[in-house]
Amino acid sequence: MGVTRLHTHLDRLEAESIRIMRETVAECRKPVLLYSIGKDSSVLLHLLLKAFYPARPPLPMLHVNTTWKFREMIEFRDRVAAETGVDLIEYINREGVRQGTDPVNHASRHTEIMKTQALRQALAQYQFDAAIGGARRDEDPARAKERVFSLRGAGQRWEPRKQRPEPWGLFNTRLAHDETLRVFPLSDWTELDVWLYIRREGIEVVPLYFAKERPTFVRNGALLVRDDERVPLEPGEKLIPKRVRFRTLGCWPLTAAVESEAADLDAIIAEMLDTRQSERAGRIIDLDPSDSMERKKREGYF
Amino acid sequence: MKATSDNRAGVVAPVPALAARLAALESRDTLRFAMCGSVDDGKSTLLGRLLAEAGMVPDDRLAQMLRDSRKHGTCGGAPDYALLLDGLEAEREQGITIDVAWRYFGTDKRAFIVADCPGHAQYTRNMASGASSAELGVVLVDARAGVQTQTRRHAAILAMFGVRRVLFAVNKLDLIDYNHARYHAIEQECVDLAHDLGIEHADAIPVSAINADNLVARSPNTPWYGGKPLLEYLETVQVERHADAAFALPVQWVNRPDHSFRGYAGTIAGGRVAPGNEVVVLPAGRLSRVVRVVGGDADLDVAEAGQAITLTLADQIDVARGDVIADPVLPPDIAAQFACHLLWLDDAALLPGRRYLMKLATQTIGAQVTEIKHRIDPDTQAHLAATRLVANEIGYCNLSLDADIAYRPYSEDRRLGGFVLLDRETNATVGCGTLDFGLRRDSNVHWQQLDVDRVARARIKGQIPRCLWFTGLSGAGKSTIANLVERRLVADGFHTILLDGDNVRHGLNRDLGFTDADRVENIRRVAEVAKLMMDAGLVVLVSFISPFRAERRLARDLIGDGEFMEVFVDAPLEVCEGRDVKGLYAKARAGKIANFTGIGSPYEPPESPEIHLHSDRESAADSATRVVKLLVS
Repeated sequence: MGVTRLHTHLDRLEAESIRIMRETVAECRKPVLLYSIGKDSSVLLHLLLKAFYPARPPLPMLHVNTTWKFREMIEFRDRVAAETGVDLIEYINREGVRQGTDPVNHASRHTEIMKTQALRQALAQYQFDAAIGGARRDEDPARAKERVFSLRGAGQRWEPRKQRPEPWGLFNTRLAHDETLRVFPLSDWTELDVWLYIRREGIEVVPLYFAKERPTFVRNGALLVRDDERVPLEPGEKLIPKRVRFRTLGCWPLTAAVESEAADLDAIIAEMLDTRQSERAGRIIDLDPSDSMERKKREGYF
Repeated sequence: MKATSDNRAGVVAPVPALAARLAALESRDTLRFAMCGSVDDGKSTLLGRLLAEAGMVPDDRLAQMLRDSRKHGTCGGAPDYALLLDGLEAEREQGITIDVAWRYFGTDKRAFIVADCPGHAQYTRNMASGASSAELGVVLVDARAGVQTQTRRHAAILAMFGVRRVLFAVNKLDLIDYNHARYHAIEQECVDLAHDLGIEHADAIPVSAINADNLVARSPNTPWYGGKPLLEYLETVQVERHADAAFALPVQWVNRPDHSFRGYAGTIAGGRVAPGNEVVVLPAGRLSRVVRVVGGDADLDVAEAGQAITLTLADQIDVARGDVIADPVLPPDIAAQFACHLLWLDDAALLPGRRYLMKLATQTIGAQVTEIKHRIDPDTQAHLAATRLVANEIGYCNLSLDADIAYRPYSEDRRLGGFVLLDRETNATVGCGTLDFGLRRDSNVHWQQLDVDRVARARIKGQIPRCLWFTGLSGAGKSTIANLVERRLVADGFHTILLDGDNVRHGLNRDLGFTDADRVENIRRVAEVAKLMMDAGLVVLVSFISPFRAERRLARDLIGDGEFMEVFVDAPLEVCEGRDVKGLYAKARAGKIANFTGIGSPYEPPESPEIHLHSDRESAADSATRVVKLLVS
């Protein structure tokens, strides 16, 4: 028998996220959990298991694979799926693979085809009406007004003016036939909350978050870790072993590492409390005009 | 966002050991507050400046803000801290905020969730989401203008949404030369306003966002101010939490992985629950006992308001999403009709009588506003006549639901008293409101547990209470047969009562006519009386035309399947009309009685009555014999 904790901030965040997930399953016809392998997804999955315990979560998880993820991410994904018993659907935009995309030289196009379009295709193919994702409002100013249950119109488009008010966390899940929902149980969490919760609950995350010596090179000012041979080094570039880690994880040529000595959770949190860079600064694709996130969202990006 | 008190500008704090720091962060609590102010009060600037001063804005965001300040800032190229907050492209270009924006920051003591509410009057509706979950309201007041119309409106909406503590941040103090007398006058205005609106606690702080006065440190510009700076106020202000209410758990999802486990998952709206507790399942009213309280992936000794849990019960009873599992001593009230406050959100107006869907806690049910009592002027709180509500208007209304729900008045419990209305056609969320109380007085009356129950009363009479419900056309022979049945029962030693339609309409129901609405009410009252008589241990005979299936179903549901016996006294209309004992058919045919059943108003025959009598083919005595046989079998 456990002892009731006082209601801390983390307790309240956890309870609300579980409520949101249960609401999705209770009200939606065919929900899915979008699993991106990162720390937020790890927290989502942990909450999902708690929300439906002792039942196995009554929904599958979907990973949209751009084929450029770190190998450690894919290994981690497959192991977690096996250990939790949650059904894993992997979706790859085969047409995009056939055409060939280039995350190095055409990052935006690569993301559009292998991530945004692929997600739209996957949701349409499997007829999911609600996709639970790990996006947080604190990630970007454009997300500050996002609803927990975000209505997407035809083509998964987000219309800022059609979003529904959610007083008292009463979520309106009614849909016309071409509409879907994105559900964000971590809306109220900050990056710090995520790490504190991972620490408190002992949640396993991809080892790439922890500092380790890795083969790095610098391109366009970003410190990259070379994960496979598909990107040849250009003249003047060379692989230098450095102790680095990642604050966010994505396609490896699009994810900048930071030099760090933080090799465990406490060190990561300590580093975050001191660092003066926002989380998404490590995402190369976000360094476009400052409103790029809003544009991407309108096009159906998560 | 960073959460560091030690790199706050102007704050000198020793760096505690990391472990202690992490422990503090892990155990800190939350303050949810709504921030509101008129368009020009400088709300975004204040919040942006507070975050920057407290060292919570990352360098890359600060740099972006400085770049953007030169491009489209409103401070002539100087840092425009409001740009740290304004999110959407469209509104950034227009320089307004149209929607609630959620902000997150924290210190080692507290995490803050801020609903940054839009200022324009026409966006009042957008305050709803922010105010509904707020534990504190922060209202900006421009020191040059004092309390304005918009200040009143914001405070009124906070009050409507149950926010019991409001902080008035009197901003732009630099523009009144930090004049204490002027500030004091505004402070008094604010306290008076809060008092008028029934807000229990009101505080005020003099600030200047531009100069960072009294944001994270007391300002030398206001030596006369002895209170806390804004950040410290937010870190320490006490807000009430509904921890000591009676237990209530709206059932969200039934967890049934296999037949060895059947649990009811939900978030506790109020109170606490432990294994062994007696509970009642509402609205049905069945009693049971808690066996396990499962929280996350472990069994708990006790769980309390706000926790997401799963309960298992000792009895195999029917519990579904939308039911409320509650403390049987102080359960939520049950009602289907309410007085409520309603804030209209949709561009299409609210029309009384139109059918919407209502969502309250985990319950979804058909609803209509039957009457708009009045509209409330948001600025003066005056009551205005209204036949409809348009977007941003607040009305005091009567609300009627398709069936009973479990609820608590909003002032007692936000989760069981706050609701939204959804449009059935457009699927939009069109309104939101607060239940004040149930109408028809069935709400505030708790079910008193009586020591002597129906079974005990019936036992001394040596009988089992039953309700024989005779239905049929006027002249079909209901009263005749019911009379015979009662005489036989009394002769056999049964204790009975006969409720006859004509007789009841002379007394209890003499205020009712023959419209459909009155017929419904007629039957509802009789069913309630029948139920009371059965509680007294009696065999109740009801002889009413009761033409509508829906109302007979209502009576059956109220009395309980198994104890309710529908007796269909059947005879063709022409036979009944031929008998015309009371001369009513003749009058109806002559147009002297409107809505007469069988002539001007339909009779819906029972689909599966417990007994079907044909009064045109068998004698009343034979019919009575069959009824008595059925009853004693």
